[in-house]
Amino acid sequence: MNAIIDQDDNQSPEYAIHTRKLNLWYGTFQALFDVDLSIRNGMITSLIGPSGCGKSTFLRSVNRINERLGYVRIEGDIDVLDNNIYDPAVELVQVRKQIGMVFQRPNPLPISIRDNILFGHRLHNKGSKADQDEIVESALKQVLLWDKVKDRLNHKGTELSLEEQQKLCIARLLPVKPSVLLMDEPCSALDPKGTAAVEELIWELRGEYTILIVTHNMAQARRASEECIFMLMGKVIEHQATEDLFVTPAQKETADYIEGRYG
Amino acid sequence: MFAESDLNARNKRVQGLFRMLFLMMTVLLIVPVAIILFTLVSKGGSVISIDFLFTNPTDGMTAGGIFPALLGTVWIVAVALLASVPLGVAAAIYLNEYAGDNWFTRLIQLAIINLAGVPSIVHALFGVGAFVIFFGFGTSILAASLTLAIMTLPIVIVSTRESLRAVPQAFREACWNMGATRWQTIRRIVLPNAISGILTGVILEVSRTAGETAPIMFTGAAFFLPFLPQGVFDQTMAMSLHLFVVATQVPGVPEELPFGVALVLIAMVLIMNSISIAFRMYLRGKKKW
Ligand SMILES: Nc1ncnc2c1ncn2[C@@H]1O[C@H](COP(=O)(O)OP(=O)(O)O)[C@@H](O)[C@H]1O
Ligand SMILES: [Mg+2]
Repeated sequence: MNAIIDQDDNQSPEYAIHTRKLNLWYGTFQALFDVDLSIRNGMITSLIGPSGCGKSTFLRSVNRINERLGYVRIEGDIDVLDNNIYDPAVELVQVRKQIGMVFQRPNPLPISIRDNILFGHRLHNKGSKADQDEIVESALKQVLLWDKVKDRLNHKGTELSLEEQQKLCIARLLPVKPSVLLMDEPCSALDPKGTAAVEELIWELRGEYTILIVTHNMAQARRASEECIFMLMGKVIEHQATEDLFVTPAQKETADYIEGRYG
Repeated sequence: MFAESDLNARNKRVQGLFRMLFLMMTVLLIVPVAIILFTLVSKGGSVISIDFLFTNPTDGMTAGGIFPALLGTVWIVAVALLASVPLGVAAAIYLNEYAGDNWFTRLIQLAIINLAGVPSIVHALFGVGAFVIFFGFGTSILAASLTLAIMTLPIVIVSTRESLRAVPQAFREACWNMGATRWQTIRRIVLPNAISGILTGVILEVSRTAGETAPIMFTGAAFFLPFLPQGVFDQTMAMSLHLFVVATQVPGVPEELPFGVALVLIAMVLIMNSISIAFRMYLRGKKKW
């Protein structure tokens, strides 16, 4: 399954997410300052930084869920797979299909596990009943949940353990065939065992999807990503291969942060 | 080391005092309800029978049953609901799911709060002016029901809005992120999870509507009308007005008759309220998140 959308010239773009001079204000409060980021296609990139530095804000601009708040103002450009998503001709539903998001607190819908998986599929494929079983099975297998839930697909998604719920939340994105998965601290509500399981899953998905994962947990960033971005007070301080960023940070602020000198 | 100090003892006495006080207030609250029910049952219970419920009043309303009034109330409530529920639910959905927080929605909000505060006699006069005269419905079930619908609209809007608001925002975001439109999100997730609250509000509205007298007095309810209504343009008798009439307007009514009418009216309302509560408990038990 190749999730990268085909471009006209049949070449997948180098960058999945590319921003230029992205500034964002909540009312009069500026949360992002001149963010220039190029996030490589097909890779796992982690986004770290102290609480309140704008990590979630950045993620939520990439799938345009911030604009629901009437008081948000955005300047600059965000290209996803070489298409400017703030272009007036862009259909929001198509943007959201390409870009899946996993939230901090698992938010399965209060419907059955099966319906959770099929929710997105049904939105975008009118009336096609065929292959539904297959879609459910394949999505659940990809998130390593199939064996655990195959006998209770009719139970509510909200009845699962938090770890399973989070996996379900990832699984339900897959039938929509997104290219980019945004994950906002997907493990912060989980215990260490759950965290390990979800991290393992994120690795499994590597290569098929471009994954941008926000984490508070530096060990997790180090284990689970190929590139790493460090943000501070709404600005990007450093963006490097993960190993380099942790071993030889170029900026003093980065060094201070990874040594635990900020909260 | 762990012995009681003077301060502990004092705090304990004060705590005991307040506990007693709150308990007494709670008991006081039940007393009037209990007295009302007891009086109605003991004085009016004797007139209740199947015949009483299903026959016409006779002898200048001093004898016979209450069937036209009972049926009239059912008519009035049903038509009022048909008008107010779709309108109120739609308005609440718009306010909660579509509208942003701006001066326009705040103005609407203010209007709803004020509508809820308008005395019912003012609604009655508005109903006469608007529905009876301006729209030319005459004194009819339709005019009475529309008057009641407007009066109870805030109940529907507020309770619907509250049930919509109780649906976690995370569900909506989950849907939007999979590319659902607002309407798909509302239809598939928000409404199914808010429906119990909405229905509870509707049932409460029923009991409010059934008991009102002033708004229907000038718009559609008749003192005495020995026929059953045939359609929404007919006048009708109604329980609340009938109670007012037999209690104060007609000479020679046996003492237990008004109590009987009141008992039926209050039973209707209590039954509706109990259904609402039971329904809410049932659905809450089924909910899991
Ligand atoms: N909806 C909002 N309205 C106003 N300010 C917000 C909102 N969301 C976030 N902020 C502010 O923007 C800044 C960045 O927040 P956020 O992106 O949530 O940080 P992070 O995810 O890195 O902890 C914070 O100062 C926060 O207070
Ligand atoms: Mg955050």
